[in-house]
Amino acid sequence: MSEGTIKKFMYVNRKAPYGTIYALESLEVVLIAAAFDQDVSLVFMDDGVYQLRKGHQTKGIEVKNFQPTYRALEDYDITRLYVEREALQARGLTADDLCVPVEVLERAEIGRLMEQQDVVFSF
Amino acid sequence: MLHIVNKSPFQSTTLDSCLATARPDGSILLIEDAVYAATRGSAAAARLEQALGKFKIYVLTPDLEARGIAGSVIDGVRLVDYAGFVDLVAEHKGCQSWL
Repeated sequence: MSEGTIKKFMYVNRKAPYGTIYALESLEVVLIAAAFDQDVSLVFMDDGVYQLRKGHQTKGIEVKNFQPTYRALEDYDITRLYVEREALQARGLTADDLCVPVEVLERAEIGRLMEQQDVVFSF
Repeated sequence: MLHIVNKSPFQSTTLDSCLATARPDGSILLIEDAVYAATRGSAAAARLEQALGKFKIYVLTPDLEARGIAGSVIDGVRLVDYAGFVDLVAEHKGCQSWL
């Protein structure tokens, strides 16, 4: 991309944390992209909403707890976090169960936002 | 027989396959992302509660804790740690992992 061009990047997170490596890999890529001053948004849908379920304690499974990183995203000027309403409901969760402030959107609204992006990264 | 499930009930049909296949009095152990099936209030809860009448259902506590859901487990589901996991494998005649 040419210097000074700001593109819209969306990161779509659909996997639960720890069972697979997707959630952690997504965070790594998000943090790299944050260094380039782009227009970044994160979407959590399907099992991806579990990434934000607060209270992760990973000592027992001897895996790094990366949940604090979600709380640090604000420091990288990443403040647009969208969560799928239907996914929360199906899992018996509400926004109060999540570790960061988010905007809860209907799945159809997420679809519309997706269309507006220059780049969509899928995890 | 001990049946082990490790996939989220929302992204895979392995739990349903397991529940439909396991013989009555069998044991089912939920590990990794399958532990979400044992949480109250989810769309999978009713299926699991129904299965509790038929099977002994166990869930691996470290996997619940990692995911922040140790306080949301359905009543009647038995909690085990890694040592308990080993005991279950040793106690049963065989294992089927629903990968």
